[in-house]
Amino acid sequence: MAHVETGRTRDPKRGLTEPAPIRWLLTAVALGFLFLFLAVPLAAVFTEAFRLGWSAYVTAIREPDAMAALRLTLTAAAIAVPANLLFGVAAAWAIGKFQFRGKQLLITLIDLPFAVSPVISGMVFILLFGRQGYLGPWLMENDIRIVFAIPGIVLATIFVSFPFVAREIIPVMEATGSQEEEAARVLGAGGFQTFFRVTLPNIKWGLLYGVILCNARAMGEFGAVSVVSGHIRGLTNTLPLHVEILYNEYQFQAAFAVASLLAFLALVTLVLKTIVEYRTRRSMQPVGEFPH
Amino acid sequence: MGIDIRNVTKTFGTFTALRDVSFEVRPGELVALLGPSGCGKTTLLRIVAGLETPDRGSVMFDGEDATSRQVGERRVGFVFQHYALFRHMSVFENVAFGLRVRPRAHRPSNAEIASKVTNLLKLVQLDYLGDRHPSQLSGGQRQRVALARALAVEPKVLLLDEPFGALDAKVRQELRRWLRRLHEEIHLTSVFVTHDQEEALELADRIVIMNEGKIEQDASPVEVFERPASPFVMNFLGNVNIFHGRVEKGRALLGPLALDYPEHDAAESRPAAGYARPHELDVARTDSGGGLWAILETANLAGAIVKLELVDDERKLLQAEVAREHYDGLNPKIGERLYVRPKKIRVFVDEG
Repeated sequence: MAHVETGRTRDPKRGLTEPAPIRWLLTAVALGFLFLFLAVPLAAVFTEAFRLGWSAYVTAIREPDAMAALRLTLTAAAIAVPANLLFGVAAAWAIGKFQFRGKQLLITLIDLPFAVSPVISGMVFILLFGRQGYLGPWLMENDIRIVFAIPGIVLATIFVSFPFVAREIIPVMEATGSQEEEAARVLGAGGFQTFFRVTLPNIKWGLLYGVILCNARAMGEFGAVSVVSGHIRGLTNTLPLHVEILYNEYQFQAAFAVASLLAFLALVTLVLKTIVEYRTRRSMQPVGEFPH
Repeated sequence: MGIDIRNVTKTFGTFTALRDVSFEVRPGELVALLGPSGCGKTTLLRIVAGLETPDRGSVMFDGEDATSRQVGERRVGFVFQHYALFRHMSVFENVAFGLRVRPRAHRPSNAEIASKVTNLLKLVQLDYLGDRHPSQLSGGQRQRVALARALAVEPKVLLLDEPFGALDAKVRQELRRWLRRLHEEIHLTSVFVTHDQEEALELADRIVIMNEGKIEQDASPVEVFERPASPFVMNFLGNVNIFHGRVEKGRALLGPLALDYPEHDAAESRPAAGYARPHELDVARTDSGGGLWAILETANLAGAIVKLELVDDERKLLQAEVAREHYDGLNPKIGERLYVRPKKIRVFVDEG
């Protein structure tokens, strides 16, 4: 907003910026839009959640099915985030540091979960692991349940949250190049030493940022999880699914109370994200070419 | 340690970076790999370090085949073009890195590491900067940290990729002199890559001049400058005046110039060219034979050497460099017709 307040003092950018009324108008439109579509709904969630008072709020959240949904959401995220952390680092390492055939294809594939509707990704798991699915009969024979059970929910969560870590650190890895790794190898460091002492410190903020976004998506996912969950209360309901069920049963206050947990999570994510972004900017000053 | 590179070939896709290159570095020598960008000099250096694998050929260290040895086992120090300092570590930790990553059995104690790193930082005159980070250093300081880091593992050979490429002229001069002194002090076998002929001529015991993946000449600085092996070397080592013509019956006929050329006494004529450096042209008012007349176009008086540009009767540009006193004695006017005589001319026959 600094540009708006330049007032009458001589502005070095004068002639490059719009006249004041237009700047005010544009700013007002942007702020108004943000207020209407983001701030108001967020406030509404918390107002509705606390409409019947603090004790009703606590009751809604401590209700066994809500607690079960919370546990399941945390479990799914606790498995999906580390899995995607490993996958993301491996994929980004391969893409950022090496040249190979099919690199573009790999980058495109990583983006697939962004491009595909979550409902369709859920359907794919039904098609693969469901009773009538390709692997269904074999799974039935061996008494393994994936769809309409926790493994299906975890798989769907991994699938939809999988691009975040890789996407965040690929640019960082490409920007830092592989010279520092080469220097480490020449100095006698092994593969693991090179990774933990040189590569990881360089990507840590990007990595953390990716993990935060990945976690937010893993906990908030609705579509894909909804398809594979089967909506068994207290067993296969995650927080977002539980909110929907409560809402459909006209338990508005309870629905909003549970929703406020998710909203609170989103706010925490935003704060963490801002801190990490700030640290990233500070640590990304390049060392390579340099004016003397 | 001596290095022996034998018949090394390296291709990247369809691009051939090195074609059957062989040369030797004797223990304690300081060798320059000189050539234009894309000539394969950096690839060759990386192959010696083990950062690239040759398609064919071998790299011998002290007579032992090191071609399949891992990078970390080669005991080489490598200084990267842009230094590749570890940006999240202090200067001290950068230098200590090579010691800290050693297997526990060979790792020095913390006190030993500290004293060694301090000594190295003193050697590169940076001991007061140990706790700074690379981003807080100037280009020349970074360069010296990179050097200290490479020396910390007590390498048997030091490899430097364009060590002064990213520095400004004055710092470059200083570091060059400093590196020369350091080499005289520790006598470590060293190979450096450069595209700057002046740097190679000033610093190296021996120069390997490369072009398009091949070695053009491998000789001492005086030798490559006085007796260039090819027109490429002649051209690359500084400005030249070229006189095109032919050789036949023991004579070279190069445009306005004619001289004896006993190396080719056959009657059959061959295209050839004569090369003379600007300082090898003598400029006078009188015709002393063996030269040509040309008109003085410009004279650059800034410096101890006066740089003249002249054009001959065929409108061909000639560059000459004469001593300041000689110029003042002659005191020519712009536009004056002067007699230009090559004191020395090297003839290269086009073998076609």
